[in-house]
Amino acid sequence: MTLTRRDVENIAHLARLEITEAELPVYAGSLSAILAFVEQLSAAPTADDVLPMAHPLEGQVQPLREDRVTEIDRHEAYQANAPAVEAALYLVPKVIE
Amino acid sequence: MSLHRETGAEIGRGLAARRYSSVEVTRHFLERIERANPALNAFVTVTAERALADAKRADARIARGEGGPLTGVPVAHKDIFCTTGILTSCGSRMLANFVAPYDAAVVERLDAAGMVLLGKTNMDEFAMGSSNETSFYGPVKNPWDTARVPGGSSGGSAAAVASRIAPVATGTDTGGSIRQPGALTGLTGFKPTYGRVSRYGMIAFASSLDQAGVLAQSAEDAALVLGAMAGHDARDSTSVAAPVPDYAAGLEKPVKGLKIGIIREFFGAGLEAETGAAVRAAIEAFRGEGATVEELSLPNLPLSVPTYYVVAPAECSSNLSRFDGVRFGHRCKDPKDLLDLYRRSRGEGFGAEVKRRIMTGTYVLSAGYYDAYYLKAQKVRSLINEDFKRAFARVDVLMGPTAPTPAFAIGAKTDDPILMYLNDIYTIGANLAGLPAVSVPCGLSGGLPVGLQVIGPHFAEERLLAVAHAWQRATDWHRRMPGAYA
Amino acid sequence: MSAVANGWETVIGLEIHAQLATRSKIFSASATAYGAPPNAQANLVDLGYPGTLPVLNREAVRMAVKFGLAIGARIAPRSVFARKNYFYPDLPKGYQISQYELPVVARGEVVILLEDGARKTVGVTRAHLEEDAGKSLHEGLGRMSGIDLNRAGTPLLEIVSEPDMRSAREAVAYMKKIHTLVRYLEVCDGNMQEGSFRCDANVSVRRAGASELGTRCEIKNLNSFRFVERAINHEVERQVELIEGGGKVVQETRLYDPDRDETRAMRSKEEANDYRYFPDPDLLPLEIDEAFVADVRAGLPELPDAKAARFAREHGLSDYDAGVLTASRELAAYYEAVASGAGEPKLAANWVMGELSGFLNRDGLEIGASPVDAAALAGMLKRIVDGTISGKLAKDVFEAMWSERKDADAVIAERGLRQITDTGAIEKAIRDVMAANPGHLADYRAGKDKLFGFFVGQVMKATAGKANPAQVNELLRKLLAGP
Repeated sequence: MTLTRRDVENIAHLARLEITEAELPVYAGSLSAILAFVEQLSAAPTADDVLPMAHPLEGQVQPLREDRVTEIDRHEAYQANAPAVEAALYLVPKVIE
Repeated sequence: MSLHRETGAEIGRGLAARRYSSVEVTRHFLERIERANPALNAFVTVTAERALADAKRADARIARGEGGPLTGVPVAHKDIFCTTGILTSCGSRMLANFVAPYDAAVVERLDAAGMVLLGKTNMDEFAMGSSNETSFYGPVKNPWDTARVPGGSSGGSAAAVASRIAPVATGTDTGGSIRQPGALTGLTGFKPTYGRVSRYGMIAFASSLDQAGVLAQSAEDAALVLGAMAGHDARDSTSVAAPVPDYAAGLEKPVKGLKIGIIREFFGAGLEAETGAAVRAAIEAFRGEGATVEELSLPNLPLSVPTYYVVAPAECSSNLSRFDGVRFGHRCKDPKDLLDLYRRSRGEGFGAEVKRRIMTGTYVLSAGYYDAYYLKAQKVRSLINEDFKRAFARVDVLMGPTAPTPAFAIGAKTDDPILMYLNDIYTIGANLAGLPAVSVPCGLSGGLPVGLQVIGPHFAEERLLAVAHAWQRATDWHRRMPGAYA
Repeated sequence: MSAVANGWETVIGLEIHAQLATRSKIFSASATAYGAPPNAQANLVDLGYPGTLPVLNREAVRMAVKFGLAIGARIAPRSVFARKNYFYPDLPKGYQISQYELPVVARGEVVILLEDGARKTVGVTRAHLEEDAGKSLHEGLGRMSGIDLNRAGTPLLEIVSEPDMRSAREAVAYMKKIHTLVRYLEVCDGNMQEGSFRCDANVSVRRAGASELGTRCEIKNLNSFRFVERAINHEVERQVELIEGGGKVVQETRLYDPDRDETRAMRSKEEANDYRYFPDPDLLPLEIDEAFVADVRAGLPELPDAKAARFAREHGLSDYDAGVLTASRELAAYYEAVASGAGEPKLAANWVMGELSGFLNRDGLEIGASPVDAAALAGMLKRIVDGTISGKLAKDVFEAMWSERKDADAVIAERGLRQITDTGAIEKAIRDVMAANPGHLADYRAGKDKLFGFFVGQVMKATAGKANPAQVNELLRKLLAGP
């Protein structure tokens, strides 16, 4: 699977990554190599009865939590890490709907 | 003082016997770190004040007779574990300003056991790498030969313990990131069964593969630290509720009559000759001690690496979406609009390998490709899992090499991602199947450490530790260390 | 509807997001209470901090199962949480945890009552659990928007209907039915102003008789029944005009603007997003066994349809009236208490739907805040039944009970409103009126029958409205007829 610059641009956009003009062909090359490498999987004998394995331990089921509030307001501590905060709101460039 | 020649367990016993105090021990290691770290680059953050405070507390506990086997013993945490009030960088510019507001479960538990926090160790960025060359903080050097890599992604932890500037360190293993650096630096690198240790507070790379573990000098140290780390955590839905056995007590369990399987597919092309020889010799030694050895074929195992390089990037592409410059982490200067904020913050914050994996993952999950790549890979994962199940119906453990070569030169493989990925060719299978596995030193190749990998069925930690311990009672590979740090 | 008249058929499906009324969030132990200061209820998990993980709230699962049982749906014994990946500032992890291929509730249905009394079954394709996103605030921050993540992580039940509705009215009836149902079940408070019950409409048109569906547009975030109706009607007009004018409907997402009564394409949700759904590796498959379902089933209240059917059957109410009285559990309970307290269901129904509802609306109160409780109203109705007061006077009594918070007997006693039933007293009043109006009396006796009403009015005035009307009628006829 060979990826074009366009392909890389599309993927980079989906992933919100800035890739420079100079970098585009480099990533196109390495991503194409990786995809070529994983092509081997297509030959694997996965007939219809082979189930995809999303979790490594079979038979594990989701535990359920009691519906109780145990968190307190710690927004000041958490917002110490925030790049831009005002009136306890996280700031981002305006989004127009 | 040669405290650094003692294992973690030995230091624990020494403290309990009042041969020295934890403050003395801690000072000793802090001094060694100060001298050695500039050349090794093993630590991102050294927490001297915190270490001494921990040590004082530990000494008080010991004095009250309330100490355990790890009380007062120093430990270094891979910088992937959140530590309150301390920079938690994950080896990335994206988190170079991130002071965690909470402790990971692993940190909480080792803290509760009385361990002393020396600092946070360097690692491949977001745990993506097999050589510790992708870190924002620069590559880590292998103490055995500082022109060589220590392995990755837990390279900093491995280098720290191998040079004895920390007696023991935590790591994480998603495709081999504890075992492979353990093999390249002559350490006992232990990855437990998936779900054995809580992932809460462990910055996620590939959620269905990540597990926390130990880089240690011995099986005994691994047993003690693992015992303190392991156990159910309600904050991690994938954490297993099974009780944690006393791993240290189980070390002496006899391994007579052990049924060993060797994986035929692991001894093919790509395995460096001396490495292969050392591993075979080790397995022969087990046979000499009464184990039976059978060669088995796990025919789907060669597909481990391509499977992994679909599944892991897919999961990480999603896990790393939270790094967007909004609530924490790196934000670009003067974003002109939202799209610019995202693209530049992430473009600047992430290194090339991380970007490669995010894009690979985005691609294999995208419309039109999901079935052919992601779904297919998850099915092949089932096949690999079945191969292991069939094998463990016949044998107690599987043995083979941990890494295809000893430590390679810094820069030797950075131009070719696939070449780099193949370093994990023997380790990835255990992650895909969630199996516990350990690498123990078993010889040298060109003077560099070689690791023997032992893989067990789910929750066979005790068995693996007993096998490793038996090996380490009969040999002294694990006691060797690079001369420069003796 | 003009479009249908011109040979067009409208096809509508609704997606309803109901915020589940759990105390804590679906994947974290933060509070879900509305109106907290910004980010006071957003913990590390809600903020998507590195290393944090989701843990599923049992009550959210129970509520989903409750809803599924109420619509007769199959509860999936195994369902899976999936990540829906996209970037938006109110989505902290860069993905929403939702359910994709395997939702917790599979196909069910509800019956709606149309205006002409007909019933229609509307299919519910599925209902699944997911987490809500935060909120963006755009005012007062210059060229920035402010993100509040209190709402991020609140549990939602996304209820997807089959495209079975054929008019805006049907769509509203369905939406009201779901609204009533979730409140009956106490799984959602249905507060549309606060955003706990949100509706998106998928609308397409096709030539009457066509079998293929037209291209649909999604109209988002309609937060009142009225807006849903207007938005759908407007959208249908727009699509029909577009096609009749030679154009084609483009599949897009549109927002309803209530001020202009029109829909317009949304600017930012743009390019069809590739959400790259995959099973969330941090959450294990949700397994719900028979015991869990049985436990939830045992706790189900009598549902609105069953309750309305029972009222119609046991109380002799019309389907329409039974429907009105069962619109909420509180109203139905109130009505039932009044009906049994007074022993007169039809009378109770008239009063609850009439005077009581009128007063509640006038004062903007919910039934639970009524100053006249069910026992008090029942007490008053008993006084009508036993003849103490007339039906007409009862309205005054009710008004006094409402504003003074007294019971009927107290008001009747204080104002001396007991109905006059004493024949002698009524006769006297009649004779007094006759004596005071000799001219009218003569005219009536001469044949002007219409003057009967005048005399009735005068007698009622003279008795301050308290004379029993039936007795007044009877005695007046007798006395007016002649000596």
